Amino acid sequence: MGKLKQIVAPLAVAAMLVAVWWIAVVASESVIFPTPLQVVTGTLELARDGTLWNHIGASLFRVGAGFLLAIAAGVPLGLLMGWVSGAFSTLNPIVQILRPISPIAWIPIAILWFGVGDLSPIFLIFLSSVFPTIVQTAAAVHAIERQYIWAAENFGVSRYKLFLQVVIPAALPQIIVGMRVSLGVAWLVVVAAEMIALRSGLGYLIIDSRNAGNRYDLVVAGMVIIGLTGLLLDGAMRRLERLKSVRWRYAR
Amino acid sequence: MRAKIALTDIRKSFPTDDGPLHVIGGVDFTVDEGEFVAIVGPSGCGKTTLLNIVAGFDRPDHGHVTVDGAARNGPSPKGIVISQRGSVFPWLTVQQNLMFGLNGRRPDKKALADHYAAVVGLTGFEKGYPHELYGGMLKRVELARALVVKPEILYMDEPLAALDALTSLQMRFEVLRILAEERHTCMLITHDVEEAIHMADRIIVLSPRPTTVQATFEVPFAHPRNLAHPEMIELKASILSEFGL
Repeated sequence: MGKLKQIVAPLAVAAMLVAVWWIAVVASESVIFPTPLQVVTGTLELARDGTLWNHIGASLFRVGAGFLLAIAAGVPLGLLMGWVSGAFSTLNPIVQILRPISPIAWIPIAILWFGVGDLSPIFLIFLSSVFPTIVQTAAAVHAIERQYIWAAENFGVSRYKLFLQVVIPAALPQIIVGMRVSLGVAWLVVVAAEMIALRSGLGYLIIDSRNAGNRYDLVVAGMVIIGLTGLLLDGAMRRLERLKSVRWRYAR
Repeated sequence: MRAKIALTDIRKSFPTDDGPLHVIGGVDFTVDEGEFVAIVGPSGCGKTTLLNIVAGFDRPDHGHVTVDGAARNGPSPKGIVISQRGSVFPWLTVQQNLMFGLNGRRPDKKALADHYAAVVGLTGFEKGYPHELYGGMLKRVELARALVVKPEILYMDEPLAALDALTSLQMRFEVLRILAEERHTCMLITHDVEEAIHMADRIIVLSPRPTTVQATFEVPFAHPRNLAHPEMIELKASILSEFGL
């Protein structure tokens, strides 16, 4: 019953939004804004000739690469900043200065450094997700309750064991929350990052459909696919929260 | 008998916005090898601060603590703290928790962990995670984790205060049973005078802040103790009268 409700209720809201959209397009007699049916037809057309899968694959690859690089760099840096107060006071101002600079502002520099291949969007996605990862990881270490550190020190464990078996696992649940946020941000900037991409990616699909013949059905299709893929990615990240060694931190 | 733990003129204050708050105002006492000393005092009198200093987690502003004649320098596995809040690692299973304190490559880690799991009545729960256990069981994990490293001293900071009355009493009997088998030197911080009389060899009453030793009571009764015995009731009354009750 509860499971069914969890699926039916959001589906009902989605159906209602689609209905409102449809009615609004028909009522306004818009010639350019697509109806849901036109979006579905456009999507099927792309799916049939295979380009849809190429676009999704290209975007997932870039976001995956940028996100993983951000985790690989951001988690260790965040752990260092969280654990060593000197590292925090040294690096935090720089992180806070770089953090609010939009990835879009980096586009000219990305082109200058990496050209217009896959590297530029990967770099932009990396930039967008590395700072939330650093900030959240450092905060996770700061939030470790003192009694755990004390207990470990009481048993006379080495610094190495303290870090590996207490600091990291104690911070891990919040680090995973940070990774969820970062992946969301990475996926969010995919369109901006792919404004400079060559002939592939969902961002490219949206920009190209608009430029090449006002195919707004494909513009909206790209948006819907980005949204649905984001939902699936978040669902995958949430599975990490079910691991037994991190469950203790989440109330539900 | 030589002193296991010796406190000499311990003083401690904390800075606040209204100037320093003098918490400990010169405390001296000793604890003998194998002795069980309970420390009772009004709430906020600095009992926990005092225990943290003795266990090596905090430094006194003045005075010093020696353990086995050597100056106390930070925490050590020689004396393990069991606190009210508990510090069982929630990301490790019960068995992993029990093995945590055993450093180095020793082949008997698991056997030792399982032995102490049995001692505190946790057999069958070794693979479980702490969040799957209830309060009394968690306390058992913490106690067993401390016992596994065979500490010479147990520092207990209101260890049973967070439990419900019945579980707390049950755990008190468990601790007494284990202590009868493995004689540890014990320092117990408690606000429960009855608990102190039930468990300790000696009871130190601390004064309100800045705290000093206000009175000391010997508890010269053999275990198992009957708290309903007139002598116990009399002792309780004289300790309570130190608090003006």
